[in-house]
Amino acid sequence: MEGILKIAYKLLVNDKGKFAALLVGITFAVFLMVMMTSMFAGILHRSSATVLNVGAKIWVMDPAVNTPANTIPLPDYVLDAVRSINGVNYAVPLYSAGALVKLRSGVYQSVTVIGLDDASLYGRPELLEGRIEDIYAENAFVVVKDSEFPKLGNPRVGTEFELNDHRGVIVGIARVTTGSLFGVPTLYTTYNRALQYIPSTRFTTAFILIEPKSSTAVPYIKAQVAALGYEALTKDEFIQKTSDFYKYQTGIGTNVLIMTVISFIVGLSISGQTFYTFILENLEKFGALKAIGAKGKELVLMILFQASFTSLTGYGLGIGLASLVITVARLRLPSYAARITYPSLGFAFVMVLIIAGISSYIGVRKVLRIEPFDIFRG
Amino acid sequence: MAELAMRATELVKWFGEGETRTVAVREISFDAWFGEILFIEGPSGSGKTTLLSLISGILRPNSGTVMVEGQDLWAMTSDRIADFRLNKVGFVFQDYHLFPRLTTAENVAIPLILKRMDWNESINEAMKYLEIVGIGDRAMLPPVKLSGGEQQRVAIARAIASRPDILIFDEPTASLDGDTGRKIVDFVKKNILNEKRCIIIVTHDSRIFEYADRIIRMEDGRITGIVQGGEREE
Repeated sequence: MEGILKIAYKLLVNDKGKFAALLVGITFAVFLMVMMTSMFAGILHRSSATVLNVGAKIWVMDPAVNTPANTIPLPDYVLDAVRSINGVNYAVPLYSAGALVKLRSGVYQSVTVIGLDDASLYGRPELLEGRIEDIYAENAFVVVKDSEFPKLGNPRVGTEFELNDHRGVIVGIARVTTGSLFGVPTLYTTYNRALQYIPSTRFTTAFILIEPKSSTAVPYIKAQVAALGYEALTKDEFIQKTSDFYKYQTGIGTNVLIMTVISFIVGLSISGQTFYTFILENLEKFGALKAIGAKGKELVLMILFQASFTSLTGYGLGIGLASLVITVARLRLPSYAARITYPSLGFAFVMVLIIAGISSYIGVRKVLRIEPFDIFRG
Repeated sequence: MAELAMRATELVKWFGEGETRTVAVREISFDAWFGEILFIEGPSGSGKTTLLSLISGILRPNSGTVMVEGQDLWAMTSDRIADFRLNKVGFVFQDYHLFPRLTTAENVAIPLILKRMDWNESINEAMKYLEIVGIGDRAMLPPVKLSGGEQQRVAIARAIASRPDILIFDEPTASLDGDTGRKIVDFVKKNILNEKRCIIIVTHDSRIFEYADRIIRMEDGRITGIVQGGEREE
């Protein structure tokens, strides 16, 4: 069987023009599909940046909240009610809102301010510079060093700015696991200072973060919060809810899906057509092989091998090209959101298998229909 | 006395149905013997190629039998018929049907590879057959770099590589000039034919009739005569 596959391999790769055209078609399709899905995965990942960076196990919110970026403040009693639920180890408020800072240069810059519970600082980021205790100092803020950091003029510990005519001082530089989606820098401070600096509505708590006593307590906590008229989601559920919102309610998901389908159709058209031409040009040769004594299943195996080999090579090249482009784009644009995920790779792989399957099917049908007698007849 | 290589009995083949039905072969019977070169000759459309296909396991007859080694060829399963073509019959097609993307040696090795012989062993074996047909030095070239006569020799080497009992040539001189054509058939008779092999050649090239042991003459799907030992008998 190895020899037959070797013949199939040589027939394929020695026809350099066709082989190159096949590879270009599949590589291009995989590249587009992976770029689309990676871009979407990056957007979805960053849309949950606050959830990932704060890291709380359970988030309490108004049921109408779809993403961490769009909050509906919770009444103060909810925090007390949540704290009294059996199974809650502790619960703390989280402040999250947009604000405008004035830099020393006089430039105004939008920021996201996250106010951590004063007592526990639950959800605090890892500091690269400075000490976390300094967040209690007068006017203290911690800035996140992510792709948006330069928009604040690359501040250092001690850099000053204004926020609603209040003086602010950078006391620490932190890093987080995920950059934000909306292209604005993030400042951390205490909950009470955030309230003090930023104009507030009647209620101020964006989310209540819960640390349950055990994972078995989670369903009960969720039920009790629901009885209060609010929603408690685990971290993964909140990320999923955020993803679902962007997928199904913003049009982004539909657009990405359409582009991915187009990429698939383009790839299928190019490679299917080229493979069909390749089979047509070699049809007499397959007929000659049949006349010599090759069985139908051996010819089918040859065609499947050729289609699979081309598809998998194209898949590898497409993934490599997409990785290269994403890496280069990230070097040039730190806020570039695309990320290659295993589901993206799996999806592209399945699509490539479908392309290989359809291309093979067309070829196999042709080859099985050729009669060796046609070879004699010329 | 020579052994029987193949016996065709009452072979009939038609194409199409109803008014479009064309009978290509009409109740043809003949024997082919080991150690002989049997020519099938006749004008275009006389059914030569169809007859060749019927006796070599390529085209199923509408009626009649082809007995090889005591077995009815067309009573076999399609896989066994494919095995028969691979192991018992060697084909030299009119247009050679060599693979331009493979080297000459790889082309010759194809039947051996189909017989599951190891790749390197097949290539080594193919080299021997290329030596036999006198173009050992062309083994690594693609067939397109060879002349028509050389390509014909590659096709012969491929046909004999599986050591077939019956060797079938379809119009072997059609693509060659007269001199080269005669040389090829002369070479086949002197080097490829032996007492354990039967060679059947379909041709309408009268310049090579001198190499035939017997000539079956066909016209309109029927055998109209058999010529033996160079002299015609109607």
